[in-house]
Amino acid sequence: MNKNGFDMKKLTSMRLFLPIVCLVAMLIVAAITIPGFFKISITNGVLYGYPIDVVNRASELAILAVGMTLVTAASGGQDISVGAVMAVAGAVCCQILSGGEVSVTKLAAPLLLAMLVGILVAGVCGLFNGLLVSYLDIQPMVATLILFTAGRGIAQLVTKGQITYVRVDSYMVAGGYVGAIPTPIIIAAIVVIVAYLVLKKTALGLYIESVGINGDASRLVGLNSRRIKLLTYVLCGLLAGVAGIVASSRIYSADANNLGLNLEMDAILAVALGGNILSGGKFSLMGSVIGAATIQTLSTALYAMGVSGDQLPVYKAIVVIIIVVLQSPVFKKYTAGLKAKRAVPKAAAEGGNQ
Amino acid sequence: MGKNKRKISGTGFLLLITVVLFAVMYAAGMAVFADKGFAKPQMFFNLFITNAGLLVISMGLTIVMISGGIDISVGSVTALVCMAAAYSMENMGTSAYMAVAIALGIGIAYGLVQGILVAYLDIQPFIVTLAGLFFGRGMTAVISKEMISIKNETFLAWANYKIYLPIGSYSRRGKFLPAYIYPTVVIALLIVLIIILVMKFTKFGRSVYAVGGNAQSAMMMGLDVRKTKLKAYILDGVLAGCGGFLFCLNSCAGFVEQAKGLEMDAISSAVIGGTLLSGGVGTPFGTIFGVLIKGTISSLITTQGTLSSWWVRIVLSALLCFFIVLQSVLGNLKKKK
Repeated sequence: MNKNGFDMKKLTSMRLFLPIVCLVAMLIVAAITIPGFFKISITNGVLYGYPIDVVNRASELAILAVGMTLVTAASGGQDISVGAVMAVAGAVCCQILSGGEVSVTKLAAPLLLAMLVGILVAGVCGLFNGLLVSYLDIQPMVATLILFTAGRGIAQLVTKGQITYVRVDSYMVAGGYVGAIPTPIIIAAIVVIVAYLVLKKTALGLYIESVGINGDASRLVGLNSRRIKLLTYVLCGLLAGVAGIVASSRIYSADANNLGLNLEMDAILAVALGGNILSGGKFSLMGSVIGAATIQTLSTALYAMGVSGDQLPVYKAIVVIIIVVLQSPVFKKYTAGLKAKRAVPKAAAEGGNQ
Repeated sequence: MGKNKRKISGTGFLLLITVVLFAVMYAAGMAVFADKGFAKPQMFFNLFITNAGLLVISMGLTIVMISGGIDISVGSVTALVCMAAAYSMENMGTSAYMAVAIALGIGIAYGLVQGILVAYLDIQPFIVTLAGLFFGRGMTAVISKEMISIKNETFLAWANYKIYLPIGSYSRRGKFLPAYIYPTVVIALLIVLIIILVMKFTKFGRSVYAVGGNAQSAMMMGLDVRKTKLKAYILDGVLAGCGGFLFCLNSCAGFVEQAKGLEMDAISSAVIGGTLLSGGVGTPFGTIFGVLIKGTISSLITTQGTLSSWWVRIVLSALLCFFIVLQSVLGNLKKKK
């Protein structure tokens, strides 16, 4: 290795290289399609501008992506119920705050208590998923499919089929501003930093990776691999709860049908864009967070180009397919074959292909 | 041999639970809601009328699940098929026959793309079909965000053609009211029959079971695992397109939110009907009962009147959860033996 100077190979082999390249590419696309994309100004005492908007909107996604990364790493599958769990958390929180009324201007219960209960209920949803996956050995996506469909029904049940409004200033703070900075950004930053520190300073991150790479082997060396899997699902549920409350605070209401709609896809996409392998094992939390920012930039750019919200999934689906094809073992083998051929062109020419 | 027998009795046990469950639920419905017309024969045929599309789609899902895969895109495919058919007939003036061709074309395209990605690129079926789910729903919105109701005469003639049956009920004045079905039911049942025969008696059907049971040994036996999986997905796609069209004949409209969660209904029908999520085990015959149970739950809840429609989803999810856990427990017991 070169001791000094620029080592291209080392740079490209870094884990976060591709995710950052994706983000930069997306930012360039956004800068071309949206005039004045990088301008940040202070209007009415708060930060204003596209970059702030992107980071602000990406907050819930980043929170979800942290949970999704852990679940993916430990169980080799994804939790597709996070969007519905967000709706449940929002519904529970708003229902407690409103005391059963459809629209209130005064809190019926302490704010922190209601938020805590909402997050805990989401944690219970995660526990349910986790029990099915870790103790009953059910494929993660099938197990979470149950809440994916039932979750919004449960949320409807909680709000009695109505949209519950909580028009109280203190409730809007979580989705509003603290000083000049949007609160969701602060919450997301806290979640990411805490998760990062816990995973780096304790052995938990290592345990999760080892369970994901080989659950049986981890059990044989003394790890309780079932409990670790369960833990990741509970964490994913709790984080979905946090995201749900942030999202519900933004619109100061609980809309069981639309809160967190299609976010599960974005969260999986963020994990994949972050360079994490969707079949489990090693993971990079920062990669997923960068992935979340990339997706939000994509969404913002598409919105600016006049694509409507319900058409967005088309583009995201195409991006997902491209990523998973690039990640697929068959494709990697193929490109490795091409590289080998380029390295020894003569041998390849004589040997033909396989 | 002994082991084999136990395995068969295990799946037979699941199927038995399903059939008994259906019978009990339906009988209970007849007893409780007799005054609301639940006991009439027409109510039973309505189960088939409202679920004709689901029946066909569930067949496709059963095949894919037996092959060891899964497909959660079917609900979106249905919405896309309905929207494409409605748009082509209403805004482009194509004939109803052309709409059928479009529906099947969408199904084949879906099956082909998803099949290649799953079988030849070894990508997890869930991820592929999740992308398919979002793609289909998004494409539906790209075609039209407004609801399109179908007014094509040929199409409506198909949709509203009643086939009267010799059985029926008597009105209060003693007039005989024959029960009726729509052509969709006949088509659906015909397809079900074909699928049952294909899965039981053809080389393809047996290969699907072999591949789903153990892909490694199927390959060692000389079966082309990838090709079998691809074929299963293509068949699933065709059935989804076909089922989507039947669904469309029932709803006579295309809109973005249509058939949302249908994939869940189809998967739970297959699972409740005894198809194992791990692949290799299941019968199209059992799936029929899965669909009937789903139909019974929703008609019980609509007949009851005061419960909201999302209860259907919740009850169905609970039932799915119960059967998944049961499968898992039975599977673990077998392993221990």
